[in-house]
Amino acid sequence: MTPESYEEVAELLRESGEAGRAVRPVGAGTKLGWAGGGGGDELSTARLDRILEHNVGDLTAVLQAGVPLARAQEAFAAAWQMLALDPPGEAATIGGIVASGDSGPLRHRYGGPRDLVIGIAVALSDGTIARAGGKVIKNVAGYDLAKLFTGSFGTLGVILEVAVRLHPLPRARATAVGHGDDPDALAQAASALAQAPLELESLDIRWKDGKGAVLARAAGAAAQERAGAIAMPGLELEVMEDDDALWARQRAGQRSTEGAVVKVSGLQSGLASVLRDADRVGGAVVGRAALGLSWIAVPDQDAAQELRRALAPAPSVVLDGGGVTVDEGPALELMRRVKARFDVYGVMNPGVL
Amino acid sequence: MDADGLIGRLAEICGPEGTVTHPHQLRTYESDGLLQYKSVPRAAALPGSAEEVRDVVRACHEAGVPWVARGAGTGLSGGALPREEGILIVLSRLTRILEVDLENQRVVAEPGVTNLEISKAVGPTHFYPPDPSSQVVCSIGGNVAENSGGAHCFKYGFTTNYVTGLEVVLPDGEVVMLGGKELDAPGYDLLGAFVGSEGTLGVVTKIVLRVVPTPESVRTLVGFFRETDDAGDAVTAIVAAGIVPGAIEMMDRVAIQATEAATHAGYRLDAGAALLVELDGPEVECDAVFDDVVRLCREAGAIEVRIAGDEAERELFWKARRAAFGAMGRISTTYYVQDSVIPRTRLGEVLRLIDELSAEYGMTVANVFHAGDGNLHPLVCYDGRQEGEAERAEELAGRIVKACVDAGGSITGEHGVGVDKKRYMPSMFSEPDLDAFQRLRCSFDPGGLANPGKVMPTPRLCGEVPGPYRQHPLERAGVAERM
Repeated sequence: MTPESYEEVAELLRESGEAGRAVRPVGAGTKLGWAGGGGGDELSTARLDRILEHNVGDLTAVLQAGVPLARAQEAFAAAWQMLALDPPGEAATIGGIVASGDSGPLRHRYGGPRDLVIGIAVALSDGTIARAGGKVIKNVAGYDLAKLFTGSFGTLGVILEVAVRLHPLPRARATAVGHGDDPDALAQAASALAQAPLELESLDIRWKDGKGAVLARAAGAAAQERAGAIAMPGLELEVMEDDDALWARQRAGQRSTEGAVVKVSGLQSGLASVLRDADRVGGAVVGRAALGLSWIAVPDQDAAQELRRALAPAPSVVLDGGGVTVDEGPALELMRRVKARFDVYGVMNPGVL
Repeated sequence: MDADGLIGRLAEICGPEGTVTHPHQLRTYESDGLLQYKSVPRAAALPGSAEEVRDVVRACHEAGVPWVARGAGTGLSGGALPREEGILIVLSRLTRILEVDLENQRVVAEPGVTNLEISKAVGPTHFYPPDPSSQVVCSIGGNVAENSGGAHCFKYGFTTNYVTGLEVVLPDGEVVMLGGKELDAPGYDLLGAFVGSEGTLGVVTKIVLRVVPTPESVRTLVGFFRETDDAGDAVTAIVAAGIVPGAIEMMDRVAIQATEAATHAGYRLDAGAALLVELDGPEVECDAVFDDVVRLCREAGAIEVRIAGDEAERELFWKARRAAFGAMGRISTTYYVQDSVIPRTRLGEVLRLIDELSAEYGMTVANVFHAGDGNLHPLVCYDGRQEGEAERAEELAGRIVKACVDAGGSITGEHGVGVDKKRYMPSMFSEPDLDAFQRLRCSFDPGGLANPGKVMPTPRLCGEVPGPYRQHPLERAGVAERM
C-alpha cells in the first residue's frame, strides 16, 4: 500500500482495522529489523514526500512523513539552517526517524526527536486523522501527542506529517579528540567536559578492543578557538577542523551490518563500566557521553543478551530483533491502555511492544 | 464511601491539621493566579508525603469524588480552580529536595519545591533553565503540570525538555514511575505526554530534572526603538544571522511607561519599543557575536542601544521586564493577562491588529513579548468597577487570541488552557483532534476524576475499550456529550 493522501492512509487503515488485518507502516525501510519487526501489510509513506513549509524567519518547517531527512536538510542548509537530527542512514525518512525515536551526536546539544517535533498529524486504525501541537515552537495547548507517537514504532497509528523546529547551521565547527586506553580516564575526561560551560554541540565517546576516544565538538562563530582551548588531562589530544568524517564514523557506529546493536540508557557516571562490559563481549561502543546513551555493536544475539544482563539494571534494548521489552508493572499496564485507545482494532504493528 | 465518609478518611490520612473543611479557611483556595474564576471545594487535603497523596487519591477514587491538584496557586489559566463537589489536593507540604546528583546533572524533588529553589540547589555551577516570572513562588509540580516556560525558552527550551522522570499517582490510586534519571525509557514516552497535561492525568509526587552548567559569560543590552516594527526587524535580523540569544524580550510603549513608573530602571519614555537582548554562553562565543547584535539593532533603527556594564545594571534592565505585569496596576485598576503565540514573523501585523482592537474597544492594551519564540502577553486594561467592562475586556482578549490562531499560532504558549482557554480549543483543534486528546485522557483517567472540566471544551466521557460506540447513561440523559 502506497497511499498518496492522508485521507487514503486513513481509509486503508480503517479497512484493515475492520478486517482485522495487521498493518506495518514503513518509511525508507532502513530500520525494519528494529523493535521485532512483526508481519502485516506494509503501508509505505513513500508518496507522502513533500516539504510543506519551510518558514525561514520562524525557524520552523512542516514535513510529510515520507520526506527523506537528507533532502530536507539540503533545503534547510540553503538558508543556513538545519533540523538538528543526525541519526545514521542516509535514506531514512523523517517519519521513520520520529517513529523510532532515532538520533545522532547532535542530540547532546539539541535533544532528540521528542524535543524537536512541535506538531504532528497521525492516522489511526479506526480511520481517524488527528493533529496535535502546532507550528510554533512555544505552545502548550492540548496534550503533547507528538511525544506519545515519537518512538512508538508505528504501534499507535501512522505518522502523516510533523512540524519541527529548526536551528541555525553553525558557521564553523571543530573537534577536540582525546585518545586513551583507560576507560576511567576517558569517562573522567568526558564528565569534566560535560560539567564545564562549553556549550558543546556534541560530546561523544568511542571504544573498541581496549582503546577509545572522547570527541568534543564546538560549533559557532568561535568554534576553532573553543575546540583548541579544550583540555583532556591524561588523554592524547588532537584538534581537527575538518571533522565531518570523524562524526560520520560515530554515526555509523550506531549500526551493525552483521551482528546486533544494544542501545543502553544509562547515566554518565556509569560510562566506564559500560566500556568494560562491552570489551567482555567483543563490543564496539559509540555513545553520547554526557547523556548516558550508548550504542554497542556486538557480534551476535547471544552476545547482545549477555551484555544486556551485564548492563542491568540500566534499561537497554536490542535494536535489530528482540522487540522493545518493558518490564511488567503499572507503566506497562498504562502503555497497554494507551495502545487500546489509539489502536482500537489492535492492528498497528502488533507484537512489537 | 459517601462524601462525609471521604472527609473522615482524609482526616485519617492527612491528620486534622492537614484537612481543611471550614468554609472560611477553604476560601484561601477558591482561585489560583487567575482571580476571575472562583470556586470553593468541599474540602482541601494537605498530604505530607507521597504515600499520603496516593492514599488521598485512592480514597477519592473509591468515593467517586473528583479532585484537583494545586501547587503554589500561581497559575494564570484557572488550572487549579477547585470543583465545588470535589477535593483540592494541596502539595505545599511536599517541599523536600530529595537528591542533588551533579555528576549526572540531575535533581530529584518533591512537587512543592519552588522553581527557584531548584536552581539554588545546583548553583553556582549549574542552573535550571525554565524560569517563569513567578519563579520565586511557583512550584515545580505546577511547572510540570503546565509545561511552564519563561524568558529563556528560545535557546533553552521548556519544562518538558528538562523533566526526565516522574513518580505519578494515577487517578485510580496506582503509583507509576514514568522515565527516571536515565533518558529513553523503553516503551511509549508517557513522560512526554504527561508533562503539560494540566493535572488531568494524575498527580506528581516526585520529579527528576535535568540541570545544565551555568553559562561562562552573559552579555545584556537594551535597544530602544521608535516603533515595535523596528524592534521586530531587529529580532528578525538577529535570528537570521544565526544568533540564538539566551533571551529576547520586547515591551511596547504602554508597557515601558508603566514599568518605568514602577521601577525607575531608566527605560526611555520616548521609545515605542524596548528590546532586551541577552547573550549567554562561552565567553569567546559571546564576544564574537555581541557586536553583531549591537550593529543589527542599530541597523534596524534603534535610537539608542544601552549595554549593561556590570551585573547591577543587568539586574536593572531585567527588573523593568519582570515588573511588567505588576506595574500595570499603575495605569489601570484591573487588567487581564493574555498568553498566546504567533509565528514571530507575523509580529507586525498582529500588533497592528491589536492596536485597532484597542481603539475599537477604547481599552489600553500593553504588550510584553517573548520575542524569540513569538509568545505574546497582551495586558488588557479595563475599569473593573464599571459594569460590563470585564466582559468586554475578555471579549477583546478573545479576539486577540483568535487573531493569533489565524496567524498560525497558538491559544497559549505557557499559561495553559485550564478553564480560561478551553472555549478557544475548537479554534485550534478539530473534533477528531480533541477526540485523540480524550483517548489519552481516558487511558489515564477513565473515571474522569482528575481535574475534570479543564482543557477540553465540552465535558466528555470515556467509552469502553476496545469496541464499537456505546451510549453512556449520562449521554442518554443529555448531561454530557462525547463529541
